[in-house]
Amino acid sequence: MAATPAIELAGLTRRYGERVALDELTLTLEEGRTLVVFGPNGAGKTTLLRVLATLLRPHAGTARILGRDIPQESWAVRGKIGLLTHEPLLYRDLSARDNLRFHARLHGIGLDRIEELLDAVRLPGRADDPLHAYSRGMVQRVAVCRAVLHDPPLLLLDEPRANLDPAAAELVEPLIGAASGRTRVLTSHDPAGGLAEADLALGLRGGRTALLAGAAEVDAAAIGALYADAPPPARTAGTARTGARP
Amino acid sequence: MSSGAAIAALLRKELLLERRVPQVIPGMALFSVVTYVVFRFGLDRTSVEGSLAAGVLWVTLLFAAMLGANRLYVTDHEEGGFDGFLLAPVDRTTLFVAKALAFGLFLVLVEIVAVPAFAVLLLGPGLGAAEVGRLAAVLALADVGIAVIGTLVGALAIQTRARDLILPLIALPMLVPVIISAAKATAPVLAASGAGGLPGRWIALLCLYDLVFGLLAYAVFDFLLED
Repeated sequence: MAATPAIELAGLTRRYGERVALDELTLTLEEGRTLVVFGPNGAGKTTLLRVLATLLRPHAGTARILGRDIPQESWAVRGKIGLLTHEPLLYRDLSARDNLRFHARLHGIGLDRIEELLDAVRLPGRADDPLHAYSRGMVQRVAVCRAVLHDPPLLLLDEPRANLDPAAAELVEPLIGAASGRTRVLTSHDPAGGLAEADLALGLRGGRTALLAGAAEVDAAAIGALYADAPPPARTAGTARTGARP
Repeated sequence: MSSGAAIAALLRKELLLERRVPQVIPGMALFSVVTYVVFRFGLDRTSVEGSLAAGVLWVTLLFAAMLGANRLYVTDHEEGGFDGFLLAPVDRTTLFVAKALAFGLFLVLVEIVAVPAFAVLLLGPGLGAAEVGRLAAVLALADVGIAVIGTLVGALAIQTRARDLILPLIALPMLVPVIISAAKATAPVLAASGAGGLPGRWIALLCLYDLVFGLLAYAVFDFLLED
């Protein structure tokens, strides 16, 4: 019997008022695979991640995450998703350790895991300083710890290495990289780097699917074309089905 | 994860944030004391008693509470605390319970400063142990109602651009029954003619308000967190 896909989207649509942020997106991502989402600013990448994270409700179409329909069964997948966005989702006036303790308690996991993660990102010496005293890269390292604290099978990563220097990026690689063994959806503006870690590549333009193919079938030039003369986001919902199952 | 553990985690975080960067309690307490000073000069009286004293006490505490309710969700809103919470496998109403408990505790701590300041700056009749006990009972009942409404409306207001305006515009009318009941119940305690007992029907009304709006807020809070 075939394993249940980690993500199944069919005609997924999400609007903000009149503006269509995601327009009839259809795709399937198998467990343990990596989907990399490319597209210019405003293409719908972050909206897609927030829908997958159950933070936004789809307005049309269906979405199954880890075998559960959302939003009907969102409660069942919360706690199995690790989300890393441009916002670290951490309190600036609390220390790294306090923030991670708070999230560990919310997820009902032991506090030992915190020390393990702080060691992994080499922050134990500063772990009791408030986050407002950290550099952006250090905050991002704590945010990575928060995202994987509960060992989620699905990681949603919005430009996860944006604030990290090469050494820090290497530190977090075992936690959020392909070697972590988790199913991953990540956004990227780096065609070569993104394709290198993708199993499946999705290109969005104005909320619509402009490209959906296995990473081996796509070259960096095709990704670059997504950014050429990017159209403004769609104003109304389209009727054509633009996505396709790979 | 049990709701009790989630509430404890959220409450702990609220208190830790207020301890690390005190914002809500000092702001509310200072506002209360300054307002009593303003009343002293505005009324051109060195002492008040009875229903006037009760009115001054409760209006000041209510406006101070609005300040606190306005700050209740600011950190969560600005620093992604809502998203972090929503990603956890916990019932969303645990946030309401934890915030209401934290806000209720903040109100009590503010009153520990504000009520003695009121007694020193404005109150004519002295308060004996019995009067303090009765006053504390009314304060506790009113605090429950104020904490429930402040927590509920604060969650609604934080999602709007004009939250500083929206919160008092919605919360103050909703809290009119609390203020009327609390002031009516407090007036005999603050009367110069000697301390009176607590009027039972106003106390009953406060209890009823707390129960009805507590259940109502608990039931609808989940929907306020929907996108």
